[in-house]
Amino acid sequence: MDSSAIDAIIEKYETKSSAILAILQDIQAKEKYLPKETLEYVGGKLQIPLNKIYRIATFYRAFSLNPRGRHEVCVCLGTACHVRGAQRIVDQMNLELGIRPGETTKDRNFTLETVNCLGVCAAGPVVAIDGQYFGKMSPGKVEGTVKKFRSEKPDKKEGLNGKA
Amino acid sequence: MGRLSSPQALEKVRDEILKKRDPHQPLITVCGGTGCHASGCHQVVDAFRKVLQEQAKSDGVGFRVTGCHGFCERGPLVVIHPQKIMYQRVKPEDVPGIFQETVLDGKVIESLLYEHPTTGERISTEEEVPFYKKQMRIIFGNNGSIDPTQIEDYIAVGGYRALPKALFTMKPEEVIREVKKANLRGRGGGGFPAGLKWEQCRNAPGDIRYVICNADEGDPGAYMDRSLLEGNPHSVLEGMIIGAYAIGSPEGYIYVRNEYPLAVENVGVAISQARDLGLLGKDILGSGFDFDVRVSRGGGAFVCGESTALMSSIEGNVGEPRAKHIHTVASGLWDRPTNLNNVETWANVPVIIDHGADWYSRIGTEGSKGTKIFSVVGKVNNTGLVEVPMGITLREIVYEIGGGIPDGKKFKAVQTGGPSGGCIPESLMNLTVDFDRLTEAGSMMGSGGMIVMDESTCMVDVAKYFMNFLKDESCGKCTSCREGTKRMHELLTEITEGRGTLDHIDLLEELGWVTMEASLCALGGTAPNPVLSTIRYFRDEYKEHILNKRCPAKVCRAFLKYRILSDVCSMCGRCAKACPAEAISGKVKKKKEKGIPFAIDETKCIKCGMCFESCKFEAVEVQ
Amino acid sequence: MIPFTMDGQPVEGKEGGNLLEVALDAGIDIPHLCYHESVKSYGACRLCLVEVVRHGRSRMTTSCTYPVQKDIEVHTRTEKVLRARRMIMELILAMCPGDKLIQDMALEMGIKEVRFKKEDKDCILCGLCARVCDEVVGAHAIQFASRGDRREMIPPFSGEAMNCIACGACVVACPVDVIRMKEEGDERTIVRWKRTLKMKQCKVCGNYFAPWFQVEKIREQAHLAKDFFDVCYSCRG
Repeated sequence: MDSSAIDAIIEKYETKSSAILAILQDIQAKEKYLPKETLEYVGGKLQIPLNKIYRIATFYRAFSLNPRGRHEVCVCLGTACHVRGAQRIVDQMNLELGIRPGETTKDRNFTLETVNCLGVCAAGPVVAIDGQYFGKMSPGKVEGTVKKFRSEKPDKKEGLNGKA
Repeated sequence: MGRLSSPQALEKVRDEILKKRDPHQPLITVCGGTGCHASGCHQVVDAFRKVLQEQAKSDGVGFRVTGCHGFCERGPLVVIHPQKIMYQRVKPEDVPGIFQETVLDGKVIESLLYEHPTTGERISTEEEVPFYKKQMRIIFGNNGSIDPTQIEDYIAVGGYRALPKALFTMKPEEVIREVKKANLRGRGGGGFPAGLKWEQCRNAPGDIRYVICNADEGDPGAYMDRSLLEGNPHSVLEGMIIGAYAIGSPEGYIYVRNEYPLAVENVGVAISQARDLGLLGKDILGSGFDFDVRVSRGGGAFVCGESTALMSSIEGNVGEPRAKHIHTVASGLWDRPTNLNNVETWANVPVIIDHGADWYSRIGTEGSKGTKIFSVVGKVNNTGLVEVPMGITLREIVYEIGGGIPDGKKFKAVQTGGPSGGCIPESLMNLTVDFDRLTEAGSMMGSGGMIVMDESTCMVDVAKYFMNFLKDESCGKCTSCREGTKRMHELLTEITEGRGTLDHIDLLEELGWVTMEASLCALGGTAPNPVLSTIRYFRDEYKEHILNKRCPAKVCRAFLKYRILSDVCSMCGRCAKACPAEAISGKVKKKKEKGIPFAIDETKCIKCGMCFESCKFEAVEVQ
Repeated sequence: MIPFTMDGQPVEGKEGGNLLEVALDAGIDIPHLCYHESVKSYGACRLCLVEVVRHGRSRMTTSCTYPVQKDIEVHTRTEKVLRARRMIMELILAMCPGDKLIQDMALEMGIKEVRFKKEDKDCILCGLCARVCDEVVGAHAIQFASRGDRREMIPPFSGEAMNCIACGACVVACPVDVIRMKEEGDERTIVRWKRTLKMKQCKVCGNYFAPWFQVEKIREQAHLAKDFFDVCYSCRG
């Protein structure tokens, strides 16, 4: 991210060091993650030492220090969803995408996350992909739902279900 | 509408708004709450917009996307005024019909009405629906009438009437007295008397004090605060302004969870509209009182719901709680006197000031006045948000409002208070819900999350789930909390994976004790509750896992066996296709070929349950 | 000075002081790991728990963070306190079974067995290293990262601690001695933070006395002359 864009964000918050969370969130929203150089730059501008910035960036779940995938698949693990079988959705996602929560697929298409409650309990179990909610999920629906977000130009040989 | 410089100017605006609204004119309201979003209300909204645009007869027909109505199970929800006809589970294709038949011709579409589960009777108005009948929606009720992004709607339903009353006819101390008289207790879980807190904050030495709205609703399964902020943000704002006046604070913060982007947005719109009208900022309504508010977003940390951690977060630090030997009302945000209250607590304030403490204190019980909003979720028929007077029983909430357990299953427990609370079994369902009764039973009312569980819920698994949550959310500072939750989770994993011993139950209780006693904040202090309450009421289930290596609810995978009943198997092959471990073999029955019933190789089976899900003939048995 | 009682005896502490320092001064032994007089009390290890009776109510709290107040009764060895301390010690021992100090303290408390799966960590997460580095030295080289059971003490990005001046304060502060400092030839290394710095040589005695990076930083911050540190502390005296 170029420094003028970062400067604009910092200025939006009047260059206040207490606004560090909001500043990092705005950067995360644009870049999809927090690159090391950006954290160093922000620390310099706000006069916050790097050890504190790194602590903040790793304490809060909202931040990612690794590049995220194009699509974020978020499985809700709230209590209501858990009781309706959300863990099985996570396990099915493991199988479908080949990654565990927190990880990103090799082709950088998907990042899998779990969240502790999306607040959509009536439709549980819920999966949110890129902010779009899919309610009343079941392990059987996983493949079909994820399919919608697979690479726009599917390699014909690979087939739509990921199996050759 | 420019800046209003007096209460008279505000009343004039209110009159003008009301004059322009004819209550007899048809008005279509669609619930725009997040629950309905997930059910597809977008398409319903678009369909209505299309119909209204195209139809010539749509002149004079109002349309409004409102805040959450609460009956999330039945979304998308549409209410047609003035008859107040409620349609549920509306699909976009139903829309033209609704417009023609109901809005224009005044006829009711039976198939879209709520059907009484036992009598089969079709109920046409919201108030008659069993879900709403026992509720008392003094805080949440306006959601269905207003578009949260239009301040005029809030003013039209009587909003910002309490504010001028407080600013111009009451002294700050009188406002505090009224709130104390009403006995408003914190709705975030602590239950501390708000009026007393305000008074302590007002009297603390210092020249600047702050008010904070805690919207870091982190209890999984609780979304009341979200729906209030998204659906009626002005009710919270008005409460904060009144509170700030009473306390003498010029600056407030609303700390909203990072996972609630719509709430952040709607609160932001509300703040800017309030500022435009002079209801926020300098010299509010010409009273000489200055107050403004800022929105602060959380970073995805449950512990930031704890007041000192929240303040630490606003200051630009990690959310590590600090000791409260000196209370935050004396030294909080930036070491200045700070009053923090929950979203729902603030929303109660305008209602108390408007109607008076006497009126308010007639609702509820001796020690718990007013109403409480609960999220009733899980294994229950009528999932949604309910607002009831305190003193109602758990049974009434789960059965009469919640509609009982779906699929004919048997009730097992209701979890209240989130990760800080515990599970209440069937035998205690007559307990009245208020601040004190549930705590005696080993749980707590908490912020209002109520997760209903049935016979297919494993209580040991529930305890493990909560420990997994807590060990992840713990800030990690205190040895007792960090290691305590970690080890409790470890032990519960042993038990659910077949390696449990009876000693583990005793060890869990000991760990629970030290985690509770030795930790700094309420996260650690209440962390053991889910474990201790499930051991208290469901000890037999723990023993079953340990001694008989069996999970009665058939949840814990280590104890499950998947088997295909060969005489039921139709040999379609669906299960084998669905199996990710290639553990199922057999031969598909074709026209001219005999098939071989499918069978699962137990050594390869990973117990994912996909075969069970995919079989349309119920040939897969789970033991 | 503010008077109160501790274990029945009258004691007194200065305004703003904490109960633990009063106890240690009075010769009352309260086990502690994360407390050090050179830095602000943190209250992480939870070992220094005591029971404080105030206004008729008793609560268990860490003595290092509890402020000195008048008319309080402090009890340092009640059954409740001892039970809690023992469990916490057991938890720390389960986390860092190889640390000698932890083993000794556990033995002294009468802990004979660890009922949890032993891990092989060495850091007890007391935070003293970072607190000393931040509050006393001002180098800000290391801090806690992540939270919950993933909390750890590392330099930013787990790499080399680029702000570390290899002063060795953390080495001294660490109660379990898991931060090692090595000197080989003209290099000093703080092993745990992967920080190796070249040492400056005294123009007089020829000894390597301080890392270049460190002296340059001090020189810069204190606006000292370029040759200020050309002679080591011993030779200057």
